[in-house]
Amino acid sequence: MNPILEVKNINKQYANHIALKDVSLIVEPQKIFGLLGPNGAGKTSLIRIINQITGPDSGEVLFNGERLSPKHVDFIGYLPEERGLYKKMSVGEQVMYLAQLKGLKKHDAKAKLKEWFKKFEIESWWDKKIEELSKGMQQKIQFIVTVLHEPKLLILDEPFSGFDPINAQLIKKEILELREKGATIIFSTHNMGSVEELCDNIALINKAEKLLDGSVKEIRKNYQSNTYHITFKGNLIGFTNAVWAGAEFLDKKSDGDVHSVTVKMLRQNKPNDLLEAVLSNAEILSFNEIVPSMNDIFISVVENKQTANTQSSFTE
Amino acid sequence: MNKLFLIIQREYFSRVKKKSFLLMTILGPLLMAGVMVVPVWLAMRDKTDHQILVLDHSGLFINKLPDSKQIKFTYGVESLQSAKAKLKDGPFDLIMEIGCNPLNDKKTTPLLYYKKQPGVSAEQYISNSIENILFDYRLQGDSIDLSKIDNARRPVEMLTIKVTEDGKDEKTNTGTNMLVGFICAIIIYFMIFLYGSQVMRGVIEEKTNRIVEVIVSSVKPFQLMLGKIVGIALVGLTQFILWILLTVLINFAVTSIIFKNQIADTAKQNAQVEKVMKNDLSAGVNKMEKVHSSNEVIELLNDFNNINITKLLLCFAFYFLFGYLLYAALFAGIGSAVDSEADTQQFILPVTIPLIASFIIAQSVATDPDSSMAQFFSIFPLTSPIVMMVRLPFDVPAWELILSMVSLVVGFLFFTWLAGKIYRTGILMYGKKASWKEIGKWLFYKA
Repeated sequence: MNPILEVKNINKQYANHIALKDVSLIVEPQKIFGLLGPNGAGKTSLIRIINQITGPDSGEVLFNGERLSPKHVDFIGYLPEERGLYKKMSVGEQVMYLAQLKGLKKHDAKAKLKEWFKKFEIESWWDKKIEELSKGMQQKIQFIVTVLHEPKLLILDEPFSGFDPINAQLIKKEILELREKGATIIFSTHNMGSVEELCDNIALINKAEKLLDGSVKEIRKNYQSNTYHITFKGNLIGFTNAVWAGAEFLDKKSDGDVHSVTVKMLRQNKPNDLLEAVLSNAEILSFNEIVPSMNDIFISVVENKQTANTQSSFTE
Repeated sequence: MNKLFLIIQREYFSRVKKKSFLLMTILGPLLMAGVMVVPVWLAMRDKTDHQILVLDHSGLFINKLPDSKQIKFTYGVESLQSAKAKLKDGPFDLIMEIGCNPLNDKKTTPLLYYKKQPGVSAEQYISNSIENILFDYRLQGDSIDLSKIDNARRPVEMLTIKVTEDGKDEKTNTGTNMLVGFICAIIIYFMIFLYGSQVMRGVIEEKTNRIVEVIVSSVKPFQLMLGKIVGIALVGLTQFILWILLTVLINFAVTSIIFKNQIADTAKQNAQVEKVMKNDLSAGVNKMEKVHSSNEVIELLNDFNNINITKLLLCFAFYFLFGYLLYAALFAGIGSAVDSEADTQQFILPVTIPLIASFIIAQSVATDPDSSMAQFFSIFPLTSPIVMMVRLPFDVPAWELILSMVSLVVGFLFFTWLAGKIYRTGILMYGKKASWKEIGKWLFYKA
């Protein structure tokens, strides 16, 4: 399938710092794409370029294969990290205004808004002033405004910040539903938990550069370290003797004769070898592979890059 | 284009619907009417009536002092002692004692006794009346014909006449010209400040609300800025028109209801005074003044007709509109560069300096409307809306006017473009106080 969005060699520089350095991305349609990176990495700069709020110094962005132009604005929905509403305006007036700015006809906007308000059970808010609503309530309104015009591409910058867990769940459900209906979602965050839960693909940006991208599954597989966690009842010494040649002990915890051990398999040893070694000595209570979380990957990639940089600067 | 219209609409209606707009619309004319009407009203009300008992030992003034609306003279012959007793019980509140031979005195010193001090205007009136009568007596004493004096003393009033290109005469009046020019300039000045700062506040509001990023993902920042400027211009225009209508209405109502009686009274009074004092010189002088003053009103009206009203109004509209647009763009630029109104000071000052300077310049322009300074500042776009308005009633050469207008439009385009560049970057910069240097850099960012 053709990518919905293609970012090609984008460079962007502000007065004395580089925001983006030769960043390229491909976002496939009907996927949730996670744009990850620490604060100040350049995520928001990239998002602003995709939204045509600012332009790149060089490079180009293709939307559905076409060079990004003002006509695409109506196909994109954007929920910025720094978001707000006119405090003195009524909810109804405000959502109507923002919907029309996105190119919706007055009549359609009203019908769709009523639908969403019903769905979120907030019909009674229509005539309220924004300043009367809590922050979480305002976030709901902002979310509705972002998705109202049924954008093909939805860009959510830290969408869950400010939501309580229940509303965060509600928004997650909506995001997944929108994907089912055909929307593509770019989702910028440094909350790794939600990445694992939602994202199909990710790109990791740090210090203006893309360090890593690909599908979440593959990335996690690549970062597998052949490490397992086993809990058993029996003799710890017997267990140690049985496996010591093929594995490295990372962690040990004992509670009476229940032991819980983390081991990293060395060389070509498979988990089966580990199990075989244990079976005769002990009763296995649990066994699982330790898959690195996105959080671990994130930290290790960012840190490795930094050490690599310092090393290379030493050799220079 | 459609989106720009939406923005203008929102900016306009969100302001016009505010209670403060309604309040200002009603209060504005009341204040203006107040400024015009209250002093007159106070002047009419504040005068207390005085009953004066005149003890004239010379006998020169008996029945000669002219009564006014507030001051009534009664003549008595009793002693000062018994007169003072009357001061206690009324009806008199003032007693004036005039010496035996005021005609020969170098300086006449009537004594005025009071319980409550009369106002300056009452004292002035009394002493003027005495002076006038003494003046007549002395002239008569020298057997000088009063009617000759009357005849000799006539007012001089200079008429300035402009000879136009096609050789026709056109009456002008420097004073009126100055007045008209300054009134137009003051209105422009206030409107620029009032609505320019509204633009700035609107921009800051959007920025601190954090709604701006949502909006600029749908429209270009420049469109948002332009929409705001135009929307607020329309608000200003609406308010201005409402003010004029209401002011006219209120003034009309107030004058016709409240002052109706007083005006009629005054007229009656004046007629009486004139009748009583027909043969007296002081009345003659009074009458002369009256004729003179009513002439002045007619002159003033004539002057307004003589100034080319259509041209003036068109120019006023032009300088008002483009002056506002130019400064509103600058105010929008300032608003985008700061995070709160408190931070605006350092940027506002350089923008207000040309405005305030315009007024200082305007004063010397009014005295010498064709000096090279006047020429320069009435063409320079930051000062021309005010300086040119002051110069305009003195007839500015067509080429200068056109040059001034063109340069104002060019200036407007330039400053809007400049402000747009600052705005575009500034609205997305949160939490950082921009410096002049930084703003300079913003101008060169790629959109």
